[in-house]
Parts: sequence; C-alpha cells; structure tokens
Amino acid sequence: MRLLVASAALLALGIGVVAAQEATRTGPGAPELAEGKAVYAHWCAPCHANEPGLAGTMSLAVKYEGTDIPAVLEDRTDLSAPVITFFVRNGVAWMPPFRPTEISDTELEQLNAYLTAPLEDRGAHVPLLGEEMVELNARGEQ
Amino acid sequence: MSVLPPDMDAAGFAALLDELRGAVGADWIWSGDTDMFPYRDSFSPVWNTGEERHASAAVAPENVEQVSAVVRIANRHRVPLFPISTGKNFGYGGPSPNVNGSVVLDLKRMNRVLEVNEARNFCLVEPGVSYFDLYRHVEERGLKVMLDVPDPGWGSPIGNSLERGVGYTMPHFRDHFGAHCGMEVVLPDGEIMRTGMGALPGSDTWQEYPYGFGPDPAGLFAQGNFGVVTKMGFRLLPLPEYYRTGLITVRKRRDLVKLIAHVNYLSDSGMVSEVRFASPLSTWMGDPDFLALATKAGGPSDTEMDAAAETFGLPAWAVDLQFLGPQAATLAQWEYAKDRILSDIVGAEAIDGDHFKLPASEEQLENTTQPYASGVRRRAALGVPSLGIWEIVRDDGHVGFFPVIPRDGEAVFEAQRVLGDAQREFPLPPYFSAITAPLFWHTHTFQMVFAPSVKHDDPEHNAMVHRAMKKMVAVAAELGWGDYRASPIYQDDVSATYSFNNHVLRRFHEQLKDAVDPDGIIAPGRGGIWPRRFRS
Repeated sequence: MRLLVASAALLALGIGVVAAQEATRTGPGAPELAEGKAVYAHWCAPCHANEPGLAGTMSLAVKYEGTDIPAVLEDRTDLSAPVITFFVRNGVAWMPPFRPTEISDTELEQLNAYLTAPLEDRGAHVPLLGEEMVELNARGEQ
Repeated sequence: MSVLPPDMDAAGFAALLDELRGAVGADWIWSGDTDMFPYRDSFSPVWNTGEERHASAAVAPENVEQVSAVVRIANRHRVPLFPISTGKNFGYGGPSPNVNGSVVLDLKRMNRVLEVNEARNFCLVEPGVSYFDLYRHVEERGLKVMLDVPDPGWGSPIGNSLERGVGYTMPHFRDHFGAHCGMEVVLPDGEIMRTGMGALPGSDTWQEYPYGFGPDPAGLFAQGNFGVVTKMGFRLLPLPEYYRTGLITVRKRRDLVKLIAHVNYLSDSGMVSEVRFASPLSTWMGDPDFLALATKAGGPSDTEMDAAAETFGLPAWAVDLQFLGPQAATLAQWEYAKDRILSDIVGAEAIDGDHFKLPASEEQLENTTQPYASGVRRRAALGVPSLGIWEIVRDDGHVGFFPVIPRDGEAVFEAQRVLGDAQREFPLPPYFSAITAPLFWHTHTFQMVFAPSVKHDDPEHNAMVHRAMKKMVAVAAELGWGDYRASPIYQDDVSATYSFNNHVLRRFHEQLKDAVDPDGIIAPGRGGIWPRRFRS
C-alpha cells in the first residue's frame, strides 16, 4: 500500500511538471529561436516529438524513467551545446550521426540555441510533418 | 582511422583536396577522423574491425556542373568516388563506400524539387531531396498527388529507387525504381547524359516516356557504378479520393496457397494497394511449446499447426487488404474480394475495416480506429513520410537480407522450412518459422525478412551476425531465392549467387565497366562490379 501511495505521489508530481511545461509552451516562440526551431522540426521531431510510437521519445522515456528528466527533447532544460553537438555528430544507439550537409555547423548552433533557451521562449511544441500537413489541408478546405 | 585513397600518398591526397576545394569551395570538403565519423556505417556489423570500409574524404557539390568537375578531378587523380544521395541507406551500408579510401560524393546539397506536375502526375527531383522535402513541397502547394514512401522519410527518392527500395501504396508505385521515368547522369568521364526522352532536345515528355529510342541504359545506374545520377523523374499516383481496409482470415495452414493466388489476382488486376499477410498465431510465439512447434527442424506438419490454431481459437492466416480510389470503387473492390475468397475457401471470414475520405485526419493517420489488429503503418500506407519505423530498430541498428521468393504458397512454406533450418545454428530471434508471412512489396514478387541487430560494443555478436548473413545468402541461393539489395560488405557474396552460365551477367557488367570506367572512378565494387584496376 505504501508503494501505491508513493507511486500516486510521483504520478501527481509528474503531472504537475508536465502541466507547468504545457503552460509555457504556446505561440511561435522567440523570433531569434525560429531558425533553430525549424532545424528541430525538420531533423529531430520525426523521432523525438511529443507523439506516441516515436523511437527517440520512447527510448528516452525508458532511459529517464524514475527521474524528472522529460522524454521529449524539446522539453529538456538540462542540455548544453557541447552535449547536443556530440549526439548530432556522433549519434547514439540506432540514431545515426548527422553530416554537415544535413545539419550545417551554423544550423547546429541555431539548434543548440533553441534547445538551451528558457522553456517560455521556445513557444509551442513543433508538430510532426504529417500533422502539420493535415492542418494545412484542413485550413485549405475551410 | 584515417585512410588514403588507393595507390595515393599523403602529398597526392593533399593535392587532390586542394583541387576539390577549388571546384566546390573550402566549406564543402571534409577529411580526418572527426569530420569523417558521420560517413561511417553506424549500422555496420563489422564496426571497428578490419572489414569496415572507411572513406578518406567527402565532397559536397551544389549542382551538376560541380559534380562533373569533381568527377573530372577524380579521374585525373585516379581516385574512386562513392556517390550518396541523402546517405540514409541504413541496413545496406549507410554512407560508407565499397573501397577503403574512396571520396564520398555527398549530393545532399542538391536538394531542389524541380517539378511536381499534378495534371500529368510526375515529379523531377535532385538527389538530396528527401521524402520529407518532397511531401512538404506537395502539401504546401495543395497538389493532388500521393507519394509512395519507404519506411524512413529522410531517405531520397533517387537514392532509394537506385537501391530498388520499396513503398506501401499501389503495386506499380511500390517498386520505386520501376516507377522512375527519365534520369540525368554524370558519366565516369564527367560528361552529362540524359536518358529516354531527355536525350531529345526540346522534348517535354522526359517524365512520361522512359525509353526514348534505342537501348535504355537506365538500369545500369541502379545498384550499379556507371555514373552519378543528378536528376530523376518519378511517376506519381493521383491523390485517391477514398481509402478502405478489410481483413480476410482463413482457418487452415494450407489455405494460404489459395489465399495467395486470390490476392495475386486482385493485385495484378490493380484492385488493391499493398496487402499484409500475417499469421494470427504469432501472438502465441511467447509460449514455449508453440515456439518449439513453429520452429521445429524440418517444419511442423499442417496437422500439427491446424491443431494448434484450433486450440487457440485462431485462424491460421490473415490478409489485410487496402483499397485506394473512388469511394464506390473501393467498396465494390472490397465486396468483390470478399465474394471471391469466401466463396472459394471453406471457413474464410471477412471483417470490414476503416474507410474514409482522403486526405486523412490526424486520428486516421494514427490508425486508432481499425476494428482489428493490423500490421499496416497507416502513414506509409497513405504516402505520408515519417520515422515511425524506427520503433522496431534495436541495439545499434541492423543489417538486412530480403530474399526474393515466388508469390506462391508452396514456395512460402518451403522458404519457412529451409531458411528456418538454416538460421537454427545462430542465437537469433526466429526470423523464419511456420508462421512467417511473405512480404508483398515489389510489384510482382514476395520477400521475407532477416534483419539481425548489430551492437557496437559486442564484436562477438556482430561476428555471429556477419556469419549468419553470409550463410543465409548462400542457402537461399541454393533454392533460387536471391537477395535483392545488399550492403557493400555483402555485395560480392550476393552478386556471386547470380551465376547463370559461369557468371556471364557479372562478366558482361565488368566488360562495360572496363570500357567506360577502367580506373574505377565511380564506386568500384558497387553491385559486385569491379573494373580491371581493382580485379587485379
């Protein structure tokens, strides 16, 4: 029973953390972060978005289970530019490294700026490409 | 692990890089361990062994003129180039070359969608365009065409089709090379050639008639090394109005023979999109007794499998049918499929699936409303690129062996038995067993999948996988089942199995290679084709 109570407390805490993040994640975000956010949307979100069934988000959920580190990269506040740069250029597990022809050094700096900015400056989470297009289609039909 | 190009010293390499910088600019040349790390094959089973292939440098031109200039420079220095499009050919070598010391010709910067024509249903793209890019181009303009996309959307339509990759919509679009129409190629001497109607100045039918006049060499550039493809056209499916699914199950193991024959009829008549065969019994593979039965040496009998199915209360096989087209047509096709199969196979049953107008909503793309368990990945089924497939990747990636087998139930049973027995000596998951279903990807043939994982920090595991890959290629070939696509480290093994008349096909390719590229400037060894310089 004690375990159950502890789990419920953790769950409540978890929900609190998520709710706090959601509250700050609206709008387009700070203009100076727009390029980095676009890099994230194009190269990272297909695997790391806040959506079900994505390998990157699922594997980080397992890795950080029991901690307060979020599974969604876009919600992280503990990342530094050298850490992001290392993973982009070296990959990890089945995530391959990304070449400068894909994410240029300049774009990598922009990505670093986005993922290390205060949460309230990042704006709403980026959508998956498919969903973005669904929304575009829906707007077109109205 | 810095390497130099073949037959070249450090001074020669420095001179080469200087010339390449002059052609593409200093920002677009890379060499040295750190910069070349992303050009390694991160899915390699020979990672950090002497068999791993390393490039010496990478060069990234931004247009066809620069590609031509790079090829001419490589000729002068007798340096092999290894062209990549988006470099995402994972499971088949990624961006790494056949020959150590090759210079990767990274075409990712050439990323223009040159045309998407929704009235005549084609596109023309450059190699660095990804399926994500092409999809975005189509959707942002509201063009009424449907792409046919492979599993990972970061791949290139050109790269994927030149590897003879596949997708998941209508039969003639799933074969991506088969759906191409017209290409531009930089030849090994640096000349720029166009195939088909592209060879006729003033023609406006490059993407509509692939052949032009005389022999069509386009096939030489798929899994080959006769040039660098810099533009390519593809036929596109007009956006269908409606999508519909339905599931048909059959009770007995041997019912698969008739079921496949019916599905062949439906597919070859253009009535169905991709179909997914599966065995509902697969849900019992966690049961040790059933696992032992399904993987029994020599294969279980039909009677044993039928008894197991009856015990579990499950049908032996199921096929997930998908229909694209006008609403009334999809309904008529589904009704026809049900009538045709249920009237011929005793005990067959049908379940109506989802059906909705296209384009799909977010919920429909998530595939949450299908009334039965389905292996269909809805985004891919509707031509929406994603990386959703990555959820099945384990460890540090995998290698892939996909033998081509006949679209025939008896052949499926034989492949289950033979390949199941062949993999028995390796401590791997049962890729082949009595419940292994065929994959219907290419337009007119089946394949099966063998894709063991690799682990960067476990060389013994990787060595076992490496041995298993080679054995599966050899055993399958004894039965006439050839691999359709291979990583550079397996291309010689696979090529050697296509040996009719004392390997005349390979010898013919070698003659061509010697004639147009004797020094091996373009990807020597790719497709198992080695020019004279490297044969000796």
